[in-house]
Amino acid sequence: MPKVPLWDLPELPQNQLPLHLQLQKTRVSCNNDAPTNTENVTYSGAYAALGVDNSLRLDEFRNNFKVKVIKLNEEDMEFDLIGIDASIANAFRRILISELPTMAIEKVLVANSSSVVQDEVLAHRLGLIPIKVDPRLFDYMSENDVPNEKNSIVFKLHVKCERKSGERLTVYSHDLEWLPSGSEYVLPTENSSESKPKTYTSFTSSQVSLPEFANNPITVTPGIIISKLAPGQEIELEAHAVKGVGKTHAKWSPVATAWYRMLPEVVLLQDIEDEDAQKLVNKCPVNVFDIEDMGKGVKRATVARPRACTLCRECIREPGWEEKVALRRVKDHFIFTIESTGALPPEVLFTEAVKILEDKCESVITELS
Amino acid sequence: MSKMEHGSYKDQSASTFSLAEDHTLANALRFTLNQDPRVSVCGYSIPHPSEARVNIRVQTTGDPAKEVLKDSCQDLMMICQHVRSTFDQAVADFKNNNGSESE
Repeated sequence: MPKVPLWDLPELPQNQLPLHLQLQKTRVSCNNDAPTNTENVTYSGAYAALGVDNSLRLDEFRNNFKVKVIKLNEEDMEFDLIGIDASIANAFRRILISELPTMAIEKVLVANSSSVVQDEVLAHRLGLIPIKVDPRLFDYMSENDVPNEKNSIVFKLHVKCERKSGERLTVYSHDLEWLPSGSEYVLPTENSSESKPKTYTSFTSSQVSLPEFANNPITVTPGIIISKLAPGQEIELEAHAVKGVGKTHAKWSPVATAWYRMLPEVVLLQDIEDEDAQKLVNKCPVNVFDIEDMGKGVKRATVARPRACTLCRECIREPGWEEKVALRRVKDHFIFTIESTGALPPEVLFTEAVKILEDKCESVITELS
Repeated sequence: MSKMEHGSYKDQSASTFSLAEDHTLANALRFTLNQDPRVSVCGYSIPHPSEARVNIRVQTTGDPAKEVLKDSCQDLMMICQHVRSTFDQAVADFKNNNGSESE
C-alpha cells in the first residue's frame, strides 16, 4: 500500500488505525525480494501518538477469538486458531512436542539376541514404538521408585526363526506381548530360601484387574519392523515402558509433529483480464487462481483457493507483476495441524497442552506470592 | 532455588525474575506483559542454553513489578481458559455435524 501524507489522512476515528498501519500490524507482506512487516507489534503504547490503545483487553479477545475445526480423525487434526498472538500459539506447539507425557519403552532386558541387530540398536528401535495407552493413568517413576503396576508397562518379545524354515523372519512391533503381571525374569539373589522369587518389577496386582485395562489390553502400534531374523536366530527380551516427556527424549513425544502456518492472503491489486488472466492461472503451481467469465467475452482472474497458496511467489516473480498481485499472511490466523502418534486423540492432546500452559502460569503466581 | 527476584527494596518498579522455565512460557509472558499499559519495558533472556533458566526483566511506570508480572500470568491463564473452552466447543460442534457442514 502506498504511503499517504499525514495531511491527506481523513479525520481519525477513535481507536482505529489508519489503513496503512492496520495493514502493517496485521499482515506480513511477502514481496518478491523478501518478506516485510514480519514483526508483531505488542507494546501497549505503540500507537499512543495516534490515540489508539494497543493493550490487551480480555473481553475483546474473547469476542474475536475463534476456532474452526477443518479435519479431525483419530490420528490427525487440522484447525484454525483465529485472533491469537503467535507467542501463545507457539507455546501450545512447543508444549505439544516436548512437554506432554506419554509412555515409552525405557529399559530392555535382553535374555537372548542372536540377530544381526545389535542390542543397543534394538533397544533404541523398541523405544521409538508408540504405545497405545493413556499416560494419565500412570505415575512418573522417579529415581528411587521401584517399578510397579502404577508406573510401568512390561512387554515380552520372544521370536525365533526356525532353522528348517529356510526363510528369513520379520519381527514386527505387534509381536510384543503385554505382561500385565509384570516382569517374568527372576532377580538373581543369594538366599534362595525366599518363598516367592523376586522379579525385576514388583507389581502388587495384575494390571488386568484395574478397571481401565480389564477389557482393554495395552497394545503398541502394529506393523513396525523391529528386526529381521535369519534361520536359527532368536530374540528373547523384556521391554519396560515408563512415563516421560518429549524434552527428555523424542520417543516420549505424543505427536509425530505439530505445526502451524499463517493463513495466506492473495489480493489482486488491479483487474487482471483476458490474456493476463490466463497467464496468471498458468503461473500458479497450486491452482490458487480461477478465471471468471464477466460476459461480453471479458475474462477476469479471481482468487479461488487462497488457502492452497504456498507463497512460492512464482506469480510475482516476473517484472511488473508485483504491482498486480499482493501476497500476504494474516498474522493472527494460524492453521494448526497435529499428528498424534496414537496414545491420545489429537483434540485431547491440544486440550492437555493448554492445561499445561495454565499450570505453568499458576505455578509462577504461587511462587511469586 | 526455582524462583528469584532481583530488584531494589527502594524502587520495586523494576525487577528481574529468574524462573526455571524456557521460551514456551517466557515468550508468551513477554507478550502479555507488553500488552499491559503499566509496563514500560520488558524482555527476557536465557543465560545459557543447557540450563533450564530464564530471566524476565520487567520495568513499570510505578507499580511493583512483581504484581504486574503476577497479573500478566493471570491474563495468560484467562486466555488459555478461553482458548480451551472455545476449542472444546468447536470440536464438539464438528463431531455433531460430522464434518458435513463446512463453512
